[in-house]
Amino acid sequence: MSLLTASGLSKSFPGVRALEGVDFELRPGEVHALLGENGAGKSTLIKILGGAVVPDAGSARLEGEPLPLGDPLAVRRRGINIVYQELTLVPELSAAENIFLGREQGRPFLRRREMARSAQALLDGLGARVARDAPVRTLSVAQQQLVEIARALANESKVLILDEPSATLSGPEVERLFAVLRGLRERGLGVVYISHRLEEIFAIADRVTVLRDGRHVASAPVAGVDRARLIRWMVGRDLTEEFPPRAPAPGEAVLEVRGLACPPRFSDVSLTVRRGEIVGLAGLVGSGRTSVALALFGALPAVRGEVRLEGQPVRFASPHDAIGAGMGYVTEDRRRRGLFRLLSARANITISYLWSLTRLGILSPGRERPAAAAAAREFDVRAAAGLTQPAGTLSGGNQQKLLLARLLLRPRRLLVLDEPTRGIDVGAKAEIYALMNRLTAQGLGILMISSELPEVLGMSDRVVVMHEGRTAGELSRAQATPESVMELATVGR
Amino acid sequence: MTRRSMKATRWLASYAIFAALVAECLILALATDAFFTESNLANVVRQNAFTAILAAGMSLVILTGGIDLSVGSVVGLAGVLSADALARGASLTAGVAVGLLVGLVVGSINGLAVTKLRVPPFIVSLAMMLLVRGAAYKYTNARTISGLPPSFAALSQGTLAASIMAAVFALTWVLLMRTPFGRHIYATGGNPEAAWLAGIRVDRVLLAVYALCGLCAGLAGVLVASRLNAGYPKAGEFYELDAVTAVVVGGTSLFGGRGSIWGTLAGAFFIGILNNGLNLFHVETYDQLMVKGGVLLAAASLDRWRTEAA
Repeated sequence: MSLLTASGLSKSFPGVRALEGVDFELRPGEVHALLGENGAGKSTLIKILGGAVVPDAGSARLEGEPLPLGDPLAVRRRGINIVYQELTLVPELSAAENIFLGREQGRPFLRRREMARSAQALLDGLGARVARDAPVRTLSVAQQQLVEIARALANESKVLILDEPSATLSGPEVERLFAVLRGLRERGLGVVYISHRLEEIFAIADRVTVLRDGRHVASAPVAGVDRARLIRWMVGRDLTEEFPPRAPAPGEAVLEVRGLACPPRFSDVSLTVRRGEIVGLAGLVGSGRTSVALALFGALPAVRGEVRLEGQPVRFASPHDAIGAGMGYVTEDRRRRGLFRLLSARANITISYLWSLTRLGILSPGRERPAAAAAAREFDVRAAAGLTQPAGTLSGGNQQKLLLARLLLRPRRLLVLDEPTRGIDVGAKAEIYALMNRLTAQGLGILMISSELPEVLGMSDRVVVMHEGRTAGELSRAQATPESVMELATVGR
Repeated sequence: MTRRSMKATRWLASYAIFAALVAECLILALATDAFFTESNLANVVRQNAFTAILAAGMSLVILTGGIDLSVGSVVGLAGVLSADALARGASLTAGVAVGLLVGLVVGSINGLAVTKLRVPPFIVSLAMMLLVRGAAYKYTNARTISGLPPSFAALSQGTLAASIMAAVFALTWVLLMRTPFGRHIYATGGNPEAAWLAGIRVDRVLLAVYALCGLCAGLAGVLVASRLNAGYPKAGEFYELDAVTAVVVGGTSLFGGRGSIWGTLAGAFFIGILNNGLNLFHVETYDQLMVKGGVLLAAASLDRWRTEAA
């Protein structure tokens, strides 16, 4: 018996065939993982199921009844709810108000207390310690995510679709989310779960469907597949190992941080990055890692402490100064803080170094084009219409590659990479890892922030772990195990 | 939608104003005898050169996601002070320089208030619109300054005004499309936070943009005074609205980050020729206002549609 079936879904965008004759089946009481590389068509598929995108061909049925595709409201009323990757809360409204947004109870006057009570019940059910009356902008990203899920559940849901919910969650938060999903499964809901983290698929999903290049590759019970097979389905080839071997030969210190503080975000951070070295900065979401990166880059004013770049004491007043001194930073928040969606892919690559691409103050296409093309080639940026295509029309993985390519335009001393592979498929990850290896071989130091433990362990020569705004400890590659890192991150010693 | 029709839609969305301008000219040329004459066309250019110059500066500001409502008042004050200097016997160069300086100073104050005080551009320039207009009246006691040298009146005559306008647009194009500064304007308008993190000194970009917009307004003020052959404190009233209309009709997004300077030029002349055409058809002034309002609304809706198509 099936709850939701889709058959023959096809959709083309200008220059891209996003989906081609895809079938999909969701049963009641199952968690169904949807896997695929970036650009494989996962997002298009769920947007069609959610009514946000009209397919060129194909149809879908919910409990045997045809689904009104292209009508998001009608689809939601029929019981399909989607939590998108990009959060859609109204920042100034409270959690309770957001949960009942568009379905406020009471006419003509709101029954505020009643709504607040049911909102609280929903949040409690999710194990979310969220102040229901505070504006959601004051909540952490993880808490906002839980509010989104509570909102989806406030509807009479039959199908819940989660697009990479774990991307912004830390380990314990993911565990709590899984407990909630198991509860929903008990109640007979169908859950579609999208994630790039394979270990999560094995932890929560009953069945898995893999898409590749807009086509359906396979659907199978999770119990019958292993990691290697999933990866093969996703990339169409064998990846012998996810992380390329590292042969670090650390030189002298390129970055030394002593007692850096920026209350209340972080209070005591000390670490060292040497030439040719990748240092992983691990910690739970909210432990202050991103703030440290921003402070090092001159984007947050540090209050106390010392930072030395190649032995020279520095204190950058702005990112402009940090870039001038040879630092590079890739943000964790691509959409809001990284990408210029309206500018071309090329302009996105060259934006930080335009002055070096001019003749007599005038931009020289003869310099800009080859420079951008070379950087794009290094990262295999795929733009159907070439580098003049607006960056906003590229797939998420290619957008991330653009931001990394931006760093390649000039020789650097130090790169700070904040979640460099967030939301990126397995193949692209491997390319980025290989490039990090090449860069360190050339003598750069890399400080890598990552929430993915395998990545931290696989790529770092040393791991510095943060706990509640302090550097709790440092582990050598040999000492760093999932257990030792998690212990420092959660206990702080 | 097929890929071809999608492409056609996007093309139309980006170039709609040029098509509209051509269509407008064709219709007027066919429907009236008076439109396609040398004297009428020269008149159209002369009358709209001021608006177009204001709109060029306004384009820069709107591309960053801001707005400058003070330009009309700057036209008044720059014209008054420029005329006053000339009436007191200053050289032509000095007189013009005074007007330009007024624009540059007011624009820089706008820019400083936006970047240092973090007041929204709408409010800053609204306040400045009142302050500057008040200053123009106060300085002249609401009287007109006349008795200017004939060489000053010549500035807005013949092809000179048109040439000045053409030069302003050519320079603005080079600035926007061929310099790092222009790229920084688009980046700042499209995503200010990303721009800052990419090493762009966003505050400097904004300051420069408001200063340049003020400079354009100062220049327009000098030309208006030249055309009136007098310093008239009421000059330039509501010009800021004409400038914003030209920019929006020209396809520049009020949200920033998207638009072209040639669109603005076409927008300014689309509105100018619309006025001219309505005059040729003897449409009443009140009706003309309503037509303009309708066109502005249509252009803004087109912007929404374009945003969705892209």
